[in-house]
Amino acid sequence: MAETKRIFTFLLRFIAFCTTLSASIVMASSRERTTVLALSFEAKYSDTPALMYFVIVNAIVSVYGFLILFLPSKSQLWRLVVALDAVFTMLLTSSISAAMAIAYVGKKGNPNAGWLPICDQVRKYCNQVQGALIVGFINVILYILFFLYSIHTTLNPLLLERS
Amino acid sequence: MGLQSGEKLAMFKWSYPRNRWSLVVLRLLAFLAAAAATLVMVLNKQTKTFVVATIGTTPLKLALNAKFHHTPAFVFFVIANGLVSIHNLVMIMADLLRSKFDYKGFRFPMVAILDMLNLALLSGGANAAVFMAELGKNGNSHARWDKICDKFEAYCDRGAGALVASFIALAFMLLISFISILKLVSPSSHISNNNN
Repeated sequence: MAETKRIFTFLLRFIAFCTTLSASIVMASSRERTTVLALSFEAKYSDTPALMYFVIVNAIVSVYGFLILFLPSKSQLWRLVVALDAVFTMLLTSSISAAMAIAYVGKKGNPNAGWLPICDQVRKYCNQVQGALIVGFINVILYILFFLYSIHTTLNPLLLERS
Repeated sequence: MGLQSGEKLAMFKWSYPRNRWSLVVLRLLAFLAAAAATLVMVLNKQTKTFVVATIGTTPLKLALNAKFHHTPAFVFFVIANGLVSIHNLVMIMADLLRSKFDYKGFRFPMVAILDMLNLALLSGGANAAVFMAELGKNGNSHARWDKICDKFEAYCDRGAGALVASFIALAFMLLISFISILKLVSPSSHISNNNN
């Protein structure tokens, strides 16, 4: 029973590492150059600080996920993992909400401020950003689960284990 | 001779403020900050008349207004701060009426779990609003989005004030979550506080 739990946790953390890495890479490689009315127009992720923040946070979390894979399961450092999971969950939620806010303006525009949507001109860029955001949502859900699970295993708050 | 192992462990134990009122004061401050952020953002409105064209000699005037619900990020900000302030209010009342509750089974860690969930919610709301406000203040030349803060200065200033209050609430919520989790780790001192 403990063996399957360990293997399952390891597998889930490996999946989380892969998804954070892919979200970061997909967002960073989204770039498109179009010509609108004889003007060359290039859309990159680095135009908006929100998308740059998304890339940076997912890169940091993927490095953390990679290092966590090598932690032996009986070490005392799992208490530190509780605090680190909390911090990284918060970072992931903030990055996904900021990137979603900017992407919403890019897709639908904001008529009250006179901001036109840009997705019609750079469709491939928009689709790639959308894909990265979907993967970002999966990351957030996975990390919330990890956070609750590490609190459950190390701190035993529901007093379910026989001491 | 020397210290025994139990005493050595006790030396390294985290000690959180064991005063009964410290957590209530922190929750009160977080509630005030989050409620201030909500109220300032909800009442944030500015109307300005612009001259858009001139027909002959009469100028055509158009009245434009800036409200918080024009941007979905600010709507999320208002909802998140409202929920956090309600949560803190409920937790303050639960703390004051502590003698009527018994912390058995699932009710004991619910406080800490709810604190952490509200922390994540507040961080999401505050960050989305900050990035949208940065877009409004600086514009984005690549996407041809003009900045709006030079036209609606009072709206921008009040929004900035609401954002600052929300980040102060975020710092307090972080402290409160930390103390709530520490209370889970050492429940014995909590039970001894129960007799106050």
